[in-house]
Amino acid sequence: MSGPSNFQPKSALLQWTERRLPILGLMHSSFVAYPTPRNLNYWWTFGGILSFCLGVQIITGIVLAMHYTPTVAGAFESVEHIMRDVNYGWLLRNMHASGASMFFIAVYIHMFRGLYYGSYKEPREILWILGVIIFLLMMATAFMGYVLPWGQMSFWGATVITNLFSAIPGIGPKVVEFLWGGYSVDQPTLQRFFSLHYLLPFMIAGVVVLHVWALHEVGQNNPAGIDVKSDKDTLPFTPYATAKDSFAMVCFMILFAWFVFYIPNYLGHADNYIPANPLQTPTHIVPEWYFLPFYAILRAIPSKLGGVIAMFASIAVLAFLPWLDRAKTRSAKYRPLFKQFFWIFVITCIGLGWLGAKPAEGGYVIASRILTAWYFIHFLVVLPLLSYYEKPSQVPASIAESVLGKQPLATAKAKGSR
Amino acid sequence: MAKSTTMNGEQPTRRDFLYIATGAVGAVGAAAAAWPLISQMNPDASVQALASTEVDLTPVAEGQIITVKWRGKPVFIAHRTKKEIEEAKATQLRDLPDPQPDEARVKKGKEQWLVLVGVCTHLGCVPLGHQGDYKGFFCPCHGSHYDTSGRIRKGPAPSNLEVPPYEFATDTMVRIG
Ligand code: HEM
Ligand code: FES
Repeated sequence: MSGPSNFQPKSALLQWTERRLPILGLMHSSFVAYPTPRNLNYWWTFGGILSFCLGVQIITGIVLAMHYTPTVAGAFESVEHIMRDVNYGWLLRNMHASGASMFFIAVYIHMFRGLYYGSYKEPREILWILGVIIFLLMMATAFMGYVLPWGQMSFWGATVITNLFSAIPGIGPKVVEFLWGGYSVDQPTLQRFFSLHYLLPFMIAGVVVLHVWALHEVGQNNPAGIDVKSDKDTLPFTPYATAKDSFAMVCFMILFAWFVFYIPNYLGHADNYIPANPLQTPTHIVPEWYFLPFYAILRAIPSKLGGVIAMFASIAVLAFLPWLDRAKTRSAKYRPLFKQFFWIFVITCIGLGWLGAKPAEGGYVIASRILTAWYFIHFLVVLPLLSYYEKPSQVPASIAESVLGKQPLATAKAKGSR
Repeated sequence: MAKSTTMNGEQPTRRDFLYIATGAVGAVGAAAAAWPLISQMNPDASVQALASTEVDLTPVAEGQIITVKWRGKPVFIAHRTKKEIEEAKATQLRDLPDPQPDEARVKKGKEQWLVLVGVCTHLGCVPLGHQGDYKGFFCPCHGSHYDTSGRIRKGPAPSNLEVPPYEFATDTMVRIG
């Protein structure tokens, strides 16, 4: 798609550089001349927003690390010190803590976008799987980050999540001791989590490069879910996508700023302002909101190993999606049944998220079981069956036609001039 | 590099042998280099040097449960009432997911003292004493109920609360570890 760039810088110096390292040409062909489908809607702006989020986390994180102390005795206090004493420390920490939530809001929208428009289908399987890997790395990073302030939720969240591995038959307890570096979550655990929390975002950045590379190899999907067939179907990245992405990003920043400045603790948990106490578990442990659906799945299964397997399977199943949904039509726009099941699935996920925050008793457990079952039925039964039995509606002949309607070629050309 | 000749159905050459030998030594070298990097994650010598904890039982009244720290973990010492002991003994083994008689979980002649690692065998929370359907221990995290012998009765936990190694140094002094 991106082809060799015929980019030629004007200045002699840049021409000299370009002959030795064609980086400007690479940038130009990737982000200026790059042809984007002309029908992209705002759901396609979240890739850019996600890059922004990663940048924010890395920059604020590096600065926080200049003031943070990764010790059992000092961690909690150092975070309070950041909040009270460090110049603009409150701002940096609020940005980092709310930033993690913003990151997950964006990634969930981005993923549901992919589910709706069939972006995981041929030829984007690897692109999709790289996305699943990024999601896993994000979860690991956010989990370890949340341990760092060493409050009650940090400590008990770390205890419960690391104990998931004790469900592995035979070697489980040894694996958990290996993760802890001791016999309980303690100093060695905190210190290694800090080290890994610093490392993983850079690994995410690496996988993002692969993700974008794969994207530029196969090209973007689009709301019509049909391939680009001619130049009429595309518009150059700059100014079209650049402007749309920038506008969406500014809107996102407003939401972000509202959280940072007005409700910085809204998405957090009050118990994390109590220093960690290894002898007392809070009566009600809840993970951060972005883990709640998976937490609900974990608790829905009345067996320790079974719950852990179901939880990991709920993420792993995403990686197999391109082979579970074999329908040729990509976009839900032209799949009347799939579209309904998609929305049922969205409600299922939100329902699981709500249940994950409720105590594990009575009706909540029953509801969690029903929704957990549906989560898997959607992927393992509904999608494969729909692939064979659903009759898709008429797909437009081209992207240009889907935007401009069936027009005589001449007018279409005039409107789509560039 | 020259092409391997075995592809043509000929005998392996000296070069094939060297390829495989070099590869094998390289793999062993990589594994040897990775070993210390992985092994350092395990509990270190200072963590392993587990101190034993001594606890004086005289102030613990009947019906009371105290929590002490051992190896960074909470340990419960419960001074059980007659009723609690009887309930624990009367329980049929077939009613237990992880069958174990009460005698196997306490020291003979010291049945009033129940010593347990206070870590839920589900995912590691600290259960609450005198709570739950069996009035033993209740884990609030995901709802595991333990009886007055610390045995799992209901909920996601797979096994009974662990009994740590301990002994009575004197009649009223217990040494854990
Ligand atoms: C993928 C990117 C990242 C995510 C999702 C993330 C997430 C988090 C979360 C959820 C917290 C807990 C916030 C709180 O409640 O206080 C945290 C804390 C922290 N993070 Fe990150 N982080 C990321 C990148 C980084 C990077 C690159 C660094 C350092 C170079 C870093 C350094 C820290 C430090 C020092 C803390 C402890 C201070 C605090 O709790 O505010 N983070 N992170
Ligand atoms: S940790 Fe006790 S029930 Fe899950």
